[in-house]
Amino acid sequence: MPRVPVSVANSRVIYDALTAGGVRLMSALPETWLVHLIRMAEDDPGMTLVRLAKEEEGVGISAGAHLAGVKSAMLMQNHGFLASINGIVSCAQLYRIPLLMLISYRGEFGERDPWQTEGGGVTEDLLRALRIPFSYLDDPSHVARRIHKAQTLAQSATRPVALLLCRDLMWEESEGQRPPDRP
Amino acid sequence: MMRRADALAAIYPRLEDAVVVTIMGAVAAELQAIGHRPNFFYLQHAMGLASSMGLGIALARPEKQVVVFDGDGSILMNLGGFTTLARYRPRNLVHVVFDNESLLSVGGFPTATSTGSDLAGIAAAAGVPRTSTVRTLDEFTRAFTDALSAGDLTTIVAKVEAVGPSVFVTDLALLENRFEFQKWLRQR
Repeated sequence: MPRVPVSVANSRVIYDALTAGGVRLMSALPETWLVHLIRMAEDDPGMTLVRLAKEEEGVGISAGAHLAGVKSAMLMQNHGFLASINGIVSCAQLYRIPLLMLISYRGEFGERDPWQTEGGGVTEDLLRALRIPFSYLDDPSHVARRIHKAQTLAQSATRPVALLLCRDLMWEESEGQRPPDRP
Repeated sequence: MMRRADALAAIYPRLEDAVVVTIMGAVAAELQAIGHRPNFFYLQHAMGLASSMGLGIALARPEKQVVVFDGDGSILMNLGGFTTLARYRPRNLVHVVFDNESLLSVGGFPTATSTGSDLAGIAAAAGVPRTSTVRTLDEFTRAFTDALSAGDLTTIVAKVEAVGPSVFVTDLALLENRFEFQKWLRQR
């Protein structure tokens, strides 16, 4: 696979915060920004990693794990969030499941891939429409605190919450290193 | 051809200590009519996700026997889930698909299994190690009992008549069921 400038150090900060919060099961569907997080889960004997065919399955898996007393997290791209919405509403919200969703926020400022831009433009509006509390992970200094606070709210409200993994945190290539491909 | 309600009644005694997840509609109403138990969870929406919930529970609690009662309309919405089930192959999960070849609760419109799509074949091709299609009550009871003792991931497709109860709403509130089930599951 091509080398991609996804931050290993910041992925580690996120991963360590999740395990410190007691997360023992992660569902994931690979996407570029999530590669290191998924490898970390793979290499961790204390973590059950469930690779999905489609992200909505992760809602059911997390719901089952929660009822059984196991803390989980879902790793997905914002298009995976889009693909999961019925499950989020009709399983997690209907049944008051504290989902912890980590959503890579593709298509925000700095996005070069044209195909990511529509999803990026609707992500926050959809989270608001669904009344899902969310915050941004865009700097390593606040990652652990925000993940902890997100988990706390999810547990006390017994509702889904979301953290948007932002380009400034996940992507190491500076804009000056590679000019935009198109004028 | 068997009736789903008879099939549920035939194996009901085997569900006493199992973790049971059902889909919405006729399956949930019929199992409740036989007798609700705190270890039964009825996913009253989120079509397709009952098998995923069963997987989540089975992975979280590998020492517990998990039984999912699915339907053709529901699993057709999550066929990819078969590949995830097979990939993690929880030995403690028995996945029953009641296949009445229709979407009974919304007017009986035929599903793709009515035109030949073979759910047991799909499960097997996805990698589910034990699969079968059964058509009689005896076959079903035997397949279910064998699955419990086999100790491996099993999908049983039970062909059933497209008949169900006249009403699907029951007295059990969704959240009451959810919290009671969680309490039962976490205490055991």
